[in-house]
Amino acid sequence: MRYLPLTDQDRTQMLHKIGVERSDDLFADVPNGLLDRGLDLPRGKSELEVERFLSALAEKNVPASRAPFFVGAGAYKHHVPASVDHLVQRSEFLTSYTPYQPEIAQGTLQYLFEFQTQVAMLTGMEIANASMYDGSTACAEAALMAHRVTKRKKTVLSGGLHPQYADVVRAMSKLADDETVALAPDVRAREDLIAAIDDSVSCVIVQSPDFFGNLRDLAALGAACHRHGALLIGVFTEAVALGLVTPPGAMGADIVVGEGQSIGNALSFGGPYVGLFATRQDYLRQMPGRLCGETIDANGERGYVLTLSTREQHIRRDKATSNICTNSGLCALAFAIHMTLLGEAGLRRLARVNHANAVKLADLLAHIPGVEVVNETFFNEFTLRVKGDAAELVEKMAVRGVLAGVPVSRLLPGVGLDDLLLVANTEVNTDDDRGAFVAAMEGAL
Amino acid sequence: MTGLRYTKDHEYVRVDGDIAVIGITDYAQAQLGDIVFIELPAAGKQIAKGQELAVVESVKAASEVYAPVSGEVFEINAELGTAPAIVNEDPMGKGWFVKLRMAEPAELALLMDQRAYESLVQGC
Amino acid sequence: MLDTPKHSVPAVATAPHTFTSNRGLDQEEPLLFEIGRPEVSGVDIEAPAPFAARLGGLERKTAIGLPGLSEPEAVRHYVRLSRKNYSIDAGLYPLGSCTMKHNPRLNEKMARLEGFADIHPLQPQSTVQGALALMQELSRWLLELTHMSAVALSPKAGAHGELCGLMTIKTAIAARGETGSRNVVLIPQSAHGTNPASAALLGFMVRTVPAGADGIVHSEAVAAAVGPDVAAIMLTNPNTCGLFERDVVAIARLVRDAGGYFYCDGANFNAIAGVARPGDMGVDAMHLNLHKTFSTPHGGGGPGSGPVVLSSRLAPFAPVPFLAREGETLRLVEHSEGTASFGRMVAFHGQMGMFVRALSYMLSHGSDGLAQASRDAVLSANYVRASLRDVMSQPFGDRPCMHEVLFDDAWLQGTSVTTLDFAKAMIDEGYHPMTVYFPLVAHGAMLVEPTESESKASLDLFIATLRDLARSALSGDSRRFSSAPHYAPRRRLDETAAARQPVLRWRPGG
Repeated sequence: MRYLPLTDQDRTQMLHKIGVERSDDLFADVPNGLLDRGLDLPRGKSELEVERFLSALAEKNVPASRAPFFVGAGAYKHHVPASVDHLVQRSEFLTSYTPYQPEIAQGTLQYLFEFQTQVAMLTGMEIANASMYDGSTACAEAALMAHRVTKRKKTVLSGGLHPQYADVVRAMSKLADDETVALAPDVRAREDLIAAIDDSVSCVIVQSPDFFGNLRDLAALGAACHRHGALLIGVFTEAVALGLVTPPGAMGADIVVGEGQSIGNALSFGGPYVGLFATRQDYLRQMPGRLCGETIDANGERGYVLTLSTREQHIRRDKATSNICTNSGLCALAFAIHMTLLGEAGLRRLARVNHANAVKLADLLAHIPGVEVVNETFFNEFTLRVKGDAAELVEKMAVRGVLAGVPVSRLLPGVGLDDLLLVANTEVNTDDDRGAFVAAMEGAL
Repeated sequence: MTGLRYTKDHEYVRVDGDIAVIGITDYAQAQLGDIVFIELPAAGKQIAKGQELAVVESVKAASEVYAPVSGEVFEINAELGTAPAIVNEDPMGKGWFVKLRMAEPAELALLMDQRAYESLVQGC
Repeated sequence: MLDTPKHSVPAVATAPHTFTSNRGLDQEEPLLFEIGRPEVSGVDIEAPAPFAARLGGLERKTAIGLPGLSEPEAVRHYVRLSRKNYSIDAGLYPLGSCTMKHNPRLNEKMARLEGFADIHPLQPQSTVQGALALMQELSRWLLELTHMSAVALSPKAGAHGELCGLMTIKTAIAARGETGSRNVVLIPQSAHGTNPASAALLGFMVRTVPAGADGIVHSEAVAAAVGPDVAAIMLTNPNTCGLFERDVVAIARLVRDAGGYFYCDGANFNAIAGVARPGDMGVDAMHLNLHKTFSTPHGGGGPGSGPVVLSSRLAPFAPVPFLAREGETLRLVEHSEGTASFGRMVAFHGQMGMFVRALSYMLSHGSDGLAQASRDAVLSANYVRASLRDVMSQPFGDRPCMHEVLFDDAWLQGTSVTTLDFAKAMIDEGYHPMTVYFPLVAHGAMLVEPTESESKASLDLFIATLRDLARSALSGDSRRFSSAPHYAPRRRLDETAAARQPVLRWRPGG
């Protein structure tokens, strides 16, 4: 009971002060017979015992750092500077909550204000919110926001959108009685999204670099959306790419959403991550999520507050722009710190190294008989067409000690894409890793 | 019919021929506190009595303003877009929201007069 | 205990202004954009040798403008910012309905084990069997504590869990062919705002159920509101007023007999975890806030985690992914095709980092410790109540509360002090204020949740401070309150100006 400061003597005194005899008297409103029904759970453990138990589970997994690692598809292994994790573990960041009392939460509020600015700059948009749960939920929220702006309910999903993002949008749309039109998986970025747009469309959701790694020029699509009064939602799952490629905001996107995990955050088996959400100033009041704004205090000194909270659930209730309450504060902080350490120059170099490494690997793989690099363009991830089943190949390469990537069929089963493999290559991959990849693939094939 | 009419939701209607000038009462603005944003309908929009006409946001609350009478939006108070504080300062004058060209002037008879509204507010 | 104010007048008026605007340890910190420069970096990355890019002409052509800092500058920037925050580690944080309990550092250490922090959600499942086993073990604990049939782990936070629960319910109703006719959700007046927001998002009509004068929902009120059009009731139990919904079993029966489902908002599970089981009370779905009940850190507003436990009636409709066992092997079912599942809430599998922390906490406490923690949380809230009942007013009379105690502002009538003023004066005394103006059903609400993490000495000092402040408020010392806080990094901030002319980002040239 190392986390409980009260002693039995304290408890007795406190019960006496309250005027009851036993703890059970405080639970008198719990219906008869429902207290202490017994739990089939072990008793408490010491720190040492807990560490042993959990470490044993952790040991059964193969971490990214222990093998040549090329797995991406929406979450990426990057190096995070040691100071990032040190800083996010500061008590004042880790153990505070939503800054409801701004006078004693200026630390959180200022970093959120800085984060909003960083995200707006990175995406090429005017404003950004203080984070969403992750990229996929940000994507679903973007569709809902587009419906509020356009007063239409039909979403068009690109076949290059991350399949799980598409699934999240689809589940939400279906249950909110909205319409979704999803284009077929689009391995080579050749779909005709413009043909899918008409005056009933609320928004088009398109990803670049897309799920298969292709870069997409969104300018014509953006113009087509605007001709029909629809919004263009640009999505990215690899934030580092924005250090090297034209951001969606510069290509006509009205809302830009993405996953921020790549910067500052661990892979952590899929969460917690941080959703980035940016848009135009005009749509400010339709934007979901928390917002931090600048103001002054009673002495005229600059300070920050949560603002426009009347859009939020605690005031608007059933008319809120979103039901979000908790967001991803600490992951947003990790993103902000890492981005601050990088700066523009560092981010550009990091992005260039990622691209260079991926190009190197693509060139190596192109020489393996029976392997084809599908993409003409890519950032740090591309699609391979292999002989046979990519999922089986990945398992065989794992046995050879290489985590080779994500078989497309894991996310898109049963649509004839079983021979496709997504391969990511970041700054953590060395020439030795790439050599091991080639050897393992040749061996497995 | 001329003069001021009121709803139980603290909206007022000032009648000027077939035009209804609609806003929120002094009591309403005081209850809301500092008003920070007002969402107004587009001119030309047809609105039925009881439909949402506007949304008014203060720091602590957001409330819908419902049309007290039916009609077409004839003019909106564009000044409120940049200076919502006018509603706090002069709700019954410069702080009007919308002018409606009434479709059913007879609906006015269902609204409260000054005396009825005052007694409502005193009961609050 | 001292019951008289220690100082009658703040001494701040006599202190000179400093040249720097710093006040000793309270240091001013400029914005990142005012101190950083785009060409500066705190990360050493060597530019790659020249190569032929494959960007198809989509290379970024304009500057981003992102400033960088060297490592020492960055560390100082964020450390200085951190010092402007109040935190649980530094003091009692009685923010009602948020369960600001101690965050054990063991949990942080465990979440950072390479085998958890450095694994990818889409690497072969054969290489993450330990992670799946951890999810399985966490599920076992949550199901045992709640006595429910199934759990959806993927929701990212409490509100997301609510949405998940309602999506499951809507799908179950569709499977019964009642989509058109069953579209009302009953929600008590005192509910948290996320409840109606979640229901509205899914197209449900919200029907408000009044609470009784005693602050709880009575089965008669539910009986009057329930009908064949009711899809579900969303009931928070213990409720937002800190009271246990005594009629819960009868309410559950009424709703279920009418063909609806019982969604229980589990935000306040910290009062009863290990003591009583929602599954015994007729609950069909309930989210658990791992960041509240199971101590994963609140992190300045997240990340949270909101697994949803489900009854057998709803289990088939739960979202993917879920765990399946094949012999000795665990497998994630990631696709809903061929199942009754409504689909997917999130990419990947949920907040693994939070799962590790929560399980670490549960293992540490064990079944005995979890029950004791809940009992201590309830005891502490009642101790605060009993120690303040003679000075502060309770909207629903003086009766035992659960893990939080609700006061209103009736006791401040006749003074010029408001709930907000009182809260701000607490800041000067070194405390984070309680939750104020929530729930809305209490006028000028002050919701105090001390949690089980406070020693008796800490509670006694907190109580003494509130008594001092109360006495001061009642004696007309309005200056202490109206301009508070005086000793925080900032004085009261102008929220009206922030909302009227929103400045949401830094721009070059101010």
